[in-house]
Amino acid sequence: MSGSLPILTLLVLVPVLGAGVVALMPRDNERLLKLVGVTFAGVSLALAVALMFDYRATGTGFQFVSDHVWIRSFGISWKLGVDGISLFLIGLTGVLFPLVIVGPAVHKDVKGYVAWMLLLEAGCMGVFMSLDLFLFFLFWELVLIPMYFLIGGWGYDRRIYATLKFFLYTMVGSALMLVGILTVVFLHQRATGHLTFDVVTLANEQSLASSTARWLFLAFAASFAIKVPIFPVHTWLPDAHTEAPTGGSVILAGIMLKLGTYGFLRFGLYLFPQAAVDMAPLFLTLGTIGIIYGAVVAIMQKDLKRLVAYSSVAHLGFIVVGTFGLSQQGLEGGVLQMVNHGLSTGALFFLVGMIYERRHTRLIAELGGIQRVAPVFAGVFMLVMLSSIGLPGLNGFVGEFLVLIGTFVTHRWWAVVATAGVILAALYLLWAYQRVFHGPVSGENATFSEMTMRERAIMAPLVALIVLLGVYPKPVLDRIAPSVRELIAHVQEHSDYRQPAVAAGAAER
Amino acid sequence: MMHAVWLIPALPLTGFLILLATGRRMGDPKAGYVATAMMVGAFVVAVGVFFDLMGLHGEERRFQQDLFSWISVGGLDVHVGFLVDPLSVTMALFVTGVGALIHLYSVGYMHGDERYPTFFVYLNLFAFSMLMLVLSDSFLLTFLGWEGVGACSYFLISFWFERPSAATAGKKAFVTNRVGDFGFMLAMFLIFATFGSLNYVPVLEGAHELTHVTATAIALLLFVGAVGKSAQLPLYVWLPDAMEGPTPVSALIHAATMVTAGVFLMVRVNPILNLAPGALTLIATIGALTAFFAATIACAQNDIKKVLAYSTVSQLGYMFLAVGSGAYVAAIFHMVTHAFFKALLFLGAGSVIHGMHDEQDMKYMGALRKWMPITSGTFIVGWLAIAGVPPFSGFWSKDDILLAAFEKNKALWFIGLLTALMTAYYMSRQVFLVFYGGERWKKPEAAEAHGEDVAHDAHGAHGDFKPHESPPTMAFPLVVLAGLAAVGGILKSPLERWLEPVLAHPHEFASSSSTKLGLIVVTTVGALSGIGLAYSIWLRNRVRAETVEPEVLRHAWYVDALYQKIVEAPGRALANFSAFVVDAKVIDGTVNGVGALVRAGGTRLRTVQSGFVRNYALAVAVGAVAILAYAVARSA
Repeated sequence: MSGSLPILTLLVLVPVLGAGVVALMPRDNERLLKLVGVTFAGVSLALAVALMFDYRATGTGFQFVSDHVWIRSFGISWKLGVDGISLFLIGLTGVLFPLVIVGPAVHKDVKGYVAWMLLLEAGCMGVFMSLDLFLFFLFWELVLIPMYFLIGGWGYDRRIYATLKFFLYTMVGSALMLVGILTVVFLHQRATGHLTFDVVTLANEQSLASSTARWLFLAFAASFAIKVPIFPVHTWLPDAHTEAPTGGSVILAGIMLKLGTYGFLRFGLYLFPQAAVDMAPLFLTLGTIGIIYGAVVAIMQKDLKRLVAYSSVAHLGFIVVGTFGLSQQGLEGGVLQMVNHGLSTGALFFLVGMIYERRHTRLIAELGGIQRVAPVFAGVFMLVMLSSIGLPGLNGFVGEFLVLIGTFVTHRWWAVVATAGVILAALYLLWAYQRVFHGPVSGENATFSEMTMRERAIMAPLVALIVLLGVYPKPVLDRIAPSVRELIAHVQEHSDYRQPAVAAGAAER
Repeated sequence: MMHAVWLIPALPLTGFLILLATGRRMGDPKAGYVATAMMVGAFVVAVGVFFDLMGLHGEERRFQQDLFSWISVGGLDVHVGFLVDPLSVTMALFVTGVGALIHLYSVGYMHGDERYPTFFVYLNLFAFSMLMLVLSDSFLLTFLGWEGVGACSYFLISFWFERPSAATAGKKAFVTNRVGDFGFMLAMFLIFATFGSLNYVPVLEGAHELTHVTATAIALLLFVGAVGKSAQLPLYVWLPDAMEGPTPVSALIHAATMVTAGVFLMVRVNPILNLAPGALTLIATIGALTAFFAATIACAQNDIKKVLAYSTVSQLGYMFLAVGSGAYVAAIFHMVTHAFFKALLFLGAGSVIHGMHDEQDMKYMGALRKWMPITSGTFIVGWLAIAGVPPFSGFWSKDDILLAAFEKNKALWFIGLLTALMTAYYMSRQVFLVFYGGERWKKPEAAEAHGEDVAHDAHGAHGDFKPHESPPTMAFPLVVLAGLAAVGGILKSPLERWLEPVLAHPHEFASSSSTKLGLIVVTTVGALSGIGLAYSIWLRNRVRAETVEPEVLRHAWYVDALYQKIVEAPGRALANFSAFVVDAKVIDGTVNGVGALVRAGGTRLRTVQSGFVRNYALAVAVGAVAILAYAVARSA
C-alpha cells in the first residue's frame, strides 16, 4: 500500500469524485444514490483503515507525505501528511461518513444530500492532512459550504437563523485566521528570504518576535475557538446542532468541532509554541469554564438534541484543557477524546434522530417510559450515554482520565475544577435518561417501535468502537504517543516550558 | 491454581456476555441457573487460589498476574492485572461465596418477573465489576470496578423503572456516588503526581516516603470516595432509597459487597493512612457518628427493608470506626460477618415480602413464625448475630471494634456502645413485629385504604391469604447464611494472622485482659438491654408505640428535605439561570446584538450609496482636503 500509491491524495479525491458522480445521476432513484454515495464513502473508509494499519507506530514526523508544488511563485504546495495526531481523526471521518449517508432518513432531495456529504468528507479529510497553510485554509473554508447547505436545506424549523449564525460566526474567525496566515508567511519571508506556506518549515524556523507571535496565535486561536467552540463563543453550536438534520449534527459534533481542537494542536502549539505556553492559563480557564458551564446549562434543556449539543461544549472543554495542559497524558488524552467524542456524541445524535423519526418531537417532556416498549433501543442509548459520562471500560473514560491526570501534574487547580465536571455529566444525562426512558409508558410513547435491523447495523460499529477503545486503547495510544512526544519536545525547544518528569515518564528522565 | 485467578472475574463476565446474547431465549429459570453456575465456578476458583496462597509463607503471600496493558501513556502505565494477597482473596472469597448464594436465591425470588433474564445479566456484570474492584493491582483498575458496581447498582435499583420512585432512586445513587468519585479521582491524580504510578505495590511500598501533608490529602480524598460508596455521612442518603431495587439486590449490593468497597479501599491503603493520624481520627469520627445517626433512624422505620438499610449504614459506620482506630483486621472481620448476617437478614426480609405477597410494612405483619419456619428461624439467627449476642458472629466482630475504639477515644467508644444498644433494640423490634405478636395482616379493604406508606406492587395483599414459606432455592441460601452468621466468629484469630502481611503496622490491643473482659461485659449488657427494651415495648406493650417513634426519626431527621432545600433547589435555580438568562440572554443576546448592530449600521451606510454623482464628488473632495490637511499638519 505504501510507496507508490498517493493514499492521502486519494482520501481527498475519492469523495470529490463520488460527489461528482452523484451529481450526474438522476435524482429519482434514491436507493441507488445512497448506494453510490456509500460506496465512495466506503472506499474512503477502506483507505483510512489501510492507512491506520500501514502507519508505522514507532515512526516520527509525518508519514505518507505527498508534496507537489502547486503555485511556485507563492510557495504554495499540495502537501499532505499524517502523524499520530491526525491519523485517528482521519479514521473517524472515514467511519462516520458512510453511516450518515445510509443511516438517517432523508426526506427530500437525496441526491443533494449525498453529494454535499461527500464533498464535506473531502473537506474534512483535507483539513486533517494539510501541511500547507494555504491548502489548509482552502479546506477549512471548503468545509463550510456543504454544511451551510446541509443545515439550510435539510434542517428543521429555525434552520435559516441557525445557518446564518453558524456561517457568520465561522467567517469572522476565518477572516482573522487568513490575516494571521498571510502575516506569518510574509514575516517568515522577511526573516529568511524564503516564501513558503509549508507548516513544517514555518514551525521549525521560528523567527517571530514574541509579542507578534502572541497576536498571530490569537488570530489563529479566534478561528479555532469558534470552531471548537470554546466558551463564550459557543452559542452558534446549540442552534446549529439542533436545527441540522441528523446526519449534519453527527458530522458537526463528530468531526467539525475537532477541526478547531485539531487546529490548536497542529497550528497553535506547533507554529507558536511560546505564545501558546504564555496563553495556556487563559485557555485552560476557558476550557474549564466550558466543562462546568456546558454541563450546568445542559441540565435544564428541554430539547433532547439541545441537551446533547451542550454536552459537547463540556466535552470539548476537556480537550482544550488537555491541549493547553501540555502534558503527555493530557495531549494524548485530548487527541483520543476527539475520537471518543466523535463516536459517542455522533451515536447520541443518531439515537436522538431515531427518536425524532418515531415521535416527531425532541422535547423531553413529551417522551417517557420508552425502555418498556423498546428495551434494545434503551440499552444502546444507555451504553452510549455511559460512554459519554465517562464510565471506565468505555472509551470516554480513557480520554477524560488522561486529560485530567496529565493536567493535574502540570496545572493542578484547573484539573481539580475540571474533574467536578464528571459529577455534572452524570447528572444531566441520567436525568434526561430517566425522563425519556424510565417511568410508566403511555400515549404515543407506547407505540414507540423497537430498533430496526438497519438501525442496529448503524449503531453496531459505533458501539463496538466505544467498547474496544475503552477496554484496549493501546493500539491507538501507541500511535498517538510519538507524535505528541515530538510536539511537546518542539514546544520545549522553542519556549521556556518544561514538562514535569512524572508526566513524561522514565524515558524522558 | 494461582494462575487461574483471572477466571474469578472472567467467569461472571462470561455469564454476562452469554446472557446478554441469549438470555431472553433461555428465559426463566435457565438464565438464572447459568448466572448462578458462573458464580459457583468463580467461588471454586477463589477457594483454589486461597489454598495456594495458604501454602506460601507469610510475607511471600503475594502473587501478581498481568494480563494486558490498559492505559499506558508517558509516565503512566496501568495494566489489567491482579494482585492476589490475603486481603484481595478474603474479599474475593466472600464476594463469590455470598454472591453465589444470592444468585441462587434470586432464581426463586425473581421467578415470574417479566425481565427475569435481564436481572441476571446485571447481576453477573455486578459480580464481575466487584471482583475487578477487589482483585485489581492498581488504583485505576479498582476504579473501573468501583464505577462498574456503581453502574450496576444504578441498573438494579431502577430495575422496576416503571415506578418513578425506583427510577429516581437509581439516579440518586449514581449521582451521589459520583460526588465521592470526584474524591477518588483526585486522590489518584495526587498519587500519580507523587509516585509516578498508580499500581498498588510500588505506591504502598513507597508510602513511607510521603510527607505528612500529602499522606493526609491522599487519605482524605480516598475517604471522600469511600463516604460515597459506603454511604457515610453526609452522602449516605442514596442507600435507603436504594431499597427500591429487588431484595436480592439489596442483600448483595447494598449490604454485603458493594457498600463495603469503601472499607476495603481504606484497608488496602493502610500504609498511607498510618501516616495521616488526623485523617484517621476524622474517619473514626465520621464512622461513629454515622453508626449512631443511622441507628436512631432505624428505630422508627416501618418498612422491613428500610430498617435493614439504615442498619447497613450504621454497621458500615462501625467498620469506619474500626479503620479510623487503626484496627483494620477488625474492620474486615466485621465486613465479613456483616456480609453473612446482613445478607441473611435481607434475604429473610425478601422471603417475608414474598410470603406476604409484596407487603413491606411491618405494622401489617406479625406471627409469621408459625407460617414461615425456615425464614423465621434463620432470621432469628441473623438478629442475634447483628445484636451482638454471644456467641454469634456479630458479637465477636463488634466487640473488636469497640475495644479498638475504646483505646482510640473514649467518646467514640461510648457512641459505639450506644449504637450497639440501639442496634439490638431496632432489630428486636423488627423480629417481634414480623414474627411474633398477633396477626395484623391486611384485609382486602384495609389494603385499599392504606397505600400511601410503602411502595406496593399491583397485587398487594389478597383476601384471606396465608403467608407461605419460600421455595427451596430461596430457603437453602438462608440456611447456609444462618450457619455462617452463627459461627462466623471463629474466623477472628485466623483472620488476624492471615491479614497480617498486608498491614503496615498490625494493630495491637494494648488493653489489659481485665479491661477487655470488662468491655465485653458492658457491650453484652448493652445488647441485652436493647433486646429487653424492645421486648417490653413491642411484646409486652408497656409503652405506646408512638412515643418511641417520633416523627423526626420516622422522617430520618428530615435530611432529604434539607438537602432538597440547600442543594437541589439552589442548584436547579442556578442551572435555570445559566441556561435561560446567562446563555440565552447575556451571551447569545450579545451575539445577536452584534448582528443587529451590524445590520443597522449597514442600513444606515446604504443611504450613502445614493447613486448621485455629485454626492460622491463631494465626498472625494472632502477626503482630498482632509488628506492634504493631514500632510500639511505633519510637515509643519
